[in-house]
Formats: sequence, structure tokens, C-alpha cells
Amino acid sequence: MDLVPIFARWLHFLAGVMWIGLLYYFNFVQVPALKAAAADNTAAGITKHVAPRALFYFRWASLVTWLAGAALLGGQFVNAFTLSKGMAGIGVGAWLGTIMLFNVWGLIWPNQQKILGMKPATDEEKNKARRIAFLASRTNVMLSIPMLFFMAGGWSHRGTFGL
Amino acid sequence: MKNPLDSLWGTIIAGVILTAILYAVVKNVLN
Repeated sequence: MDLVPIFARWLHFLAGVMWIGLLYYFNFVQVPALKAAAADNTAAGITKHVAPRALFYFRWASLVTWLAGAALLGGQFVNAFTLSKGMAGIGVGAWLGTIMLFNVWGLIWPNQQKILGMKPATDEEKNKARRIAFLASRTNVMLSIPMLFFMAGGWSHRGTFGL
Repeated sequence: MKNPLDSLWGTIIAGVILTAILYAVVKNVLN
């Protein structure tokens, strides 16, 4: 019995739920909440106490998800990423997850640091950072839809979609 | 033209369309 794929799959799901759950929290809850809070000057509670904690778990969960996914692919890692025959479905899922990981660490996190005042930035830089982080986050919501379709490709997918 | 990512529904619809396109590519070209 090989324990690595068992625990890699488990960890991949646990961390993935936290990552994508927080991504949906940001987009479906926090962004509209901040808009409403700005109107009555109560946004500080969210930006000071909630957002930094949510971002901490969000960014580290994204890395753990990717690493556990790579461990789960194991010897099929290269076949998946080169979209080899029979591995193209999960390979597309893996590529989408990789692009999303880059968006988290390369675009969302550096710009959120400016927005939340963890890094010095002028008002103009903050406004630019807000737009970039927003679009990167929305891009990840969009990409999560096909990513989850291809990641979840089990027997039902094979039977119905031939993947 | 408005950016579909500015609205949640636009984002979801774009994701579903992207799913259909990628599925067609995987099924007909890569598999």
C-alpha cells in the first residue's frame, strides 16, 4: 500500500477547500461588504482584522494545495503538464491551478500588501494595486470553474464526458 | 465593452464558457 497518494489526495482536498473557499469568500462576501462598509466608515474592522488573517491562510493554502497536487501526480507529473494522451484532462486542471497559484503569489499578495498598508505606497499606487488585485482575484474565480471540472474528473466524468 | 470580471455573474458565465471550450479541446484535440 502506497501511503503517499492517499495522504497527498487528502491534503490536496483539505488545503484546496481552504484556498478556494477563501477565494470565494473574498469575491462573494468581502468585496461587496467593503463597498457597503466604505459608505458608513466601518471598513477598518475588515481591512485591519479580517483581511490579513484571511490572506494568510489563503496564500499558504494555495501553496500547500499545489505541492500536495504535485505529490499526488507523482510519476505522472510531466505527463500531466505536457498534456500527454490520457492525462490531458487532469493536465489542464493542473495548469489552471498553477496559473492560479502564480496569481496569488505574484499579483494578489504583493498588491494586497500595498492596499492594507503592509508595504509603503502612495494613494495612486494603492488605487492601481486595488484594481490589479481585484482582477487577479476575479480571474482566479473564473479559472476555478474549469479547474474544478477537470480536477474532479473521476468515474462520473469518464462515463459522461469521456475524459 | 464592460469587463465581464467586474461582475460576479460575468465572472461565472466566463468560467462556464471557458470550461466548455477547454473540454472541447481536451476531448477532440488532446485525447
